[in-house]
Amino acid sequence: MTIVSVDKDYASLSLVLVAEFDAPIERVWQLWADPRQLERWWGPPTHPATVEKHDLAVGGEVAYFMTGPEGEQTRGWWRVTSVDAPRSLDFTDGFANQDGTPNAEMPTTTVEVRLAEHADGTRVAMRFGFASREHMDQLERWGAFEVFPQSVAQMDALLAATPDQEDL
Amino acid sequence: MVVAELADEDLDGLFHALADTTRRDILRRCVRDEPSVSRLAEVYPMSFAAVQKHVAVLERAGLVTKERRGRAQLVHTDGDALARARRALDELEAAWRGRVERMAGLLGQEGGR
Repeated sequence: MTIVSVDKDYASLSLVLVAEFDAPIERVWQLWADPRQLERWWGPPTHPATVEKHDLAVGGEVAYFMTGPEGEQTRGWWRVTSVDAPRSLDFTDGFANQDGTPNAEMPTTTVEVRLAEHADGTRVAMRFGFASREHMDQLERWGAFEVFPQSVAQMDALLAATPDQEDL
Repeated sequence: MVVAELADEDLDGLFHALADTTRRDILRRCVRDEPSVSRLAEVYPMSFAAVQKHVAVLERAGLVTKERRGRAQLVHTDGDALARARRALDELEAAWRGRVERMAGLLGQEGGR
């Protein structure tokens, strides 16, 4: 496995991570499509995930909880917005209340996954955004995504120029 | 889920503030320096009031703060807002690097080459 690139966009608060795996695309897709496999990588070792509901269809939901070292449980959900096995999956990921209903007060993350055959393996591009889907659509309508890419390098330079923020 | 520290209203302000070329330029100048509003107004082909408005937008987004010194109003960056954005993305990156490593581990374990 190689992480090919990590691009952060401070202006739109998103992150694009590209990784390559030495496994066929169908096999890599199973990491997402099979709940038993998903729960083996979703949570960090300290907070293993348990997937209770898993419906990878448009509008479908995934419900999970992660168990912390003290036995505390944090619940989360996905809402699938687009799916095309084994090539693409888009969903919104958020926090849930203890009864499993989405916690509207907590921010959501959008995740867009693209898989493609590459050399003898699979290249996976994942884009993560910090805002809600509505927010992203709104930004797109404004043409914000055309404005922002050119500002990425500028923002990086800007941030690099503030060394006193380094330890924050 | 990945813990995010920025609320939606914060994001709205941040996006709006950074969506404008002049504002991004003002922000860059404020990182390097502590210009007064009057000096910024000399740089751009727009009125003092217009520059003041841009500064106000940046101020509302928490990106800059104004400080009166004598007759001048000095503008300096609030590195916190930028640092918050960076920290949020750093957290997201760390979380997903971990996930990708675990994915690779699973593929290795289960016959992936």
